Amino acid sequence: MNTENQISEGQIMTGAQALIHALELEDVDTVFGLPGGCILPAYDPLLESSIRHVLVRHEQGAGHMAEGYAHVSGRPGVAMVTSGPAATNLVTPLMDAYMDSIPMVAITGQVGTGAIGSDAFQECDTVGITRSCTKHNELVMSADDIPLAIRQAFHIATTGRPGPVLVDLPKDVLQNQMSWHWPTDEEVAASLPGYRPTSKGHPRMVAEAARMILEAERPVLYVGGGMLKARAAEVLMELAELTQIPVVTTLMARGVFPDNHPLCLGMPGMHGTIAATTAMQRADLLIALGARFDDRITGRLDGFAPDARVIHVDVDPAEQGKVRRPDVPIVGDCRLVTTDIVASLRSLLDGGTTQADVGPWRSQISGWQEVFPLTYDAAEPGGALKPQYCLERLRDSAAPGTIVASGVGQHQMWASLHWHFNEPYTWVNSGGLGTMGFAIPAAIGAKMARPDAMVWAVDGDGCFQMTAQELVTAAVERIPVKIALLNNSYLGMVRQWQEMFYDERYSEVYLSVDTPDYVKWAESMGCVGIRVESPEEVQPAIDKANSINDRPVVVEFRTDASEKVFPMVPAGCTNDDVIVHPSQQDQRAQLG
Amino acid sequence: MTAINPHGSSLNHAILSVLVQNRPGVLARVSSLFARRGYNIFSLAVAPAEDDAQSRITIVVDLESAPLEQMVKQLFKLVDVVKISELDPRRSIERELLLATVRAGSSERSQIVELVNIFEAKILAVGGDALTVSLEGHPDKLDDFEELLGGYSIVELQRTGRVALPKLDRAARLRAATTPGNGNDNQRKVG
Repeated sequence: MNTENQISEGQIMTGAQALIHALELEDVDTVFGLPGGCILPAYDPLLESSIRHVLVRHEQGAGHMAEGYAHVSGRPGVAMVTSGPAATNLVTPLMDAYMDSIPMVAITGQVGTGAIGSDAFQECDTVGITRSCTKHNELVMSADDIPLAIRQAFHIATTGRPGPVLVDLPKDVLQNQMSWHWPTDEEVAASLPGYRPTSKGHPRMVAEAARMILEAERPVLYVGGGMLKARAAEVLMELAELTQIPVVTTLMARGVFPDNHPLCLGMPGMHGTIAATTAMQRADLLIALGARFDDRITGRLDGFAPDARVIHVDVDPAEQGKVRRPDVPIVGDCRLVTTDIVASLRSLLDGGTTQADVGPWRSQISGWQEVFPLTYDAAEPGGALKPQYCLERLRDSAAPGTIVASGVGQHQMWASLHWHFNEPYTWVNSGGLGTMGFAIPAAIGAKMARPDAMVWAVDGDGCFQMTAQELVTAAVERIPVKIALLNNSYLGMVRQWQEMFYDERYSEVYLSVDTPDYVKWAESMGCVGIRVESPEEVQPAIDKANSINDRPVVVEFRTDASEKVFPMVPAGCTNDDVIVHPSQQDQRAQLG
Repeated sequence: MTAINPHGSSLNHAILSVLVQNRPGVLARVSSLFARRGYNIFSLAVAPAEDDAQSRITIVVDLESAPLEQMVKQLFKLVDVVKISELDPRRSIERELLLATVRAGSSERSQIVELVNIFEAKILAVGGDALTVSLEGHPDKLDDFEELLGGYSIVELQRTGRVALPKLDRAARLRAATTPGNGNDNQRKVG
């Protein structure tokens, strides 16, 4: 950071200079944002900073870019916008980051301290509005407080259960003079007496968990996004291979355990694989690691995993018992706790304790995998493209380590199911909030954090139209992301529900097959646009897209609107009531 | 609020004594958390604590609206919350203040004064046909007083909501507001 060594304790500067300097000291290399009235003072010292600013076309884009950046790098994403409408435009990404525990720091301008509460131009109660969609937020009322507020924000955003933190900075606070002081770790800790995240699991609980794991005959490792946040992929592999316990990775955890590993059952839940969902359902022990028993995982709760005891490891004490009462609750950092569990298992095994035979259980699961693989009907000759086919071609043509971002809906489920996630931090999606339009800005943020990696956004036509303008940002800022647009001309997931549960009464789900013209739109935004309508065009289009590295590419696949996501557990049903693909219906009885 | 126990004076309540950093918006953080998660509050009292940098919020919560454990854990996620203690009503001193203005014409006045005397309440103001009375004491006692006053014509009535501190006898202790068995209550300062 270029100014780092030039600033000394007690140096007089403006609040805005202190802000930018504080960001540099927090190792921020990229800020996603858009200037405006109240945040103007902060954009001036930015000209002298080493920080790369990405100028977005809508503040929501800045927030999702910060999320995408954080998803793939583990470092907090930073968004900076002005007051009023800019702050309210950040609400969706803040909530998204809050739901998915994404470390993020949002900096918003605010009207001058003297004008607060007067309904001034572009004033809104930002800290009030964002109170329930941030881990913490703060209105800073003095320039002298800026460095501490920024340090606290990064500390809170990245420790314990990560999440978004917002710092609201009135214009005069940015303009006023202050005397530079960079708070020490001790000062930060002392300023937050109520914030003490637990990292070390309780030894007695860890030992109990290890005993329970060795006793289980039908155990499942139920792995959630918390394991990615805790950077626990390696120790997870150690635990799985030591115990030979099968692993399910939730939508938020895809990639933390490689899909190509024999123990991996893929994604469980509403649209999970039959093997993953059924294994959880029939388990006698669920080892939940950084997972929160979301309703999309459990289905109807009173019928979920009825015979399973539960070990629940989570850094957030409030997740313990929120949904399912654990038999062994362990609050702590998922990586540290899992490491302790592995050590405890090893000492038990070394001491002569034997593990129950999980062989029959694994055979039973293998049977489900063989009978109920992911499947779809091939396209009729001359018929519309199958979205799954397009994704498979895309997957098999992608470089190892390709990062996939997705929007929300059918395409998201197909991407999660059909991609092979063999590395952590290669899957970026909106899990908890389900934010349509997430893919494009998130992919841009991911590409900024990992410029070496190929980044594909898998998007639907409904999602694409919500945030496509950020492709202008990507083109102008030379961020070469690739968009696979699965255009079925419908809000596909809603259409699927209306087909299956509302007697095919389609209400307000048809968009348009050719309006907008996605190729022209892509080209007008400075991207390469390619349209694909027949199977033989699929591979050449993907190859062409993969060869372009100087600008964004949009490949529009015209896909079959009648295609549905299977398996599916209907809302309100238990996971025993899963609907298999129609072609597997004859075998359905084998699931019991 | 429930119609039956508007002050939470029965077994369906718990008292949380929440020490928070005395910062702008902290009460809003606490109350919006309760609103957002659907937790019911019977009463809430807040004032600076012994250390000016901190405030103590005494919240009487409705245990029928959510499990106490979840309320406490969610509260503790607020960065400004420093310490949470659950005060067991049997081991706590609870106090509340009631102010009421009661219509007191010549026929009722002596009866109301008698009631005030029985409860050791106070008459704070005397009007031509009304009295303003106050009673400080255990919330249950206030409930009784309020009920009996209800036999007359109450013009206005205001209660403060309860405040509480642990009893100072040898049994005095603050229970950790976590369930036994969750071995990670070390982060929550108790007692």
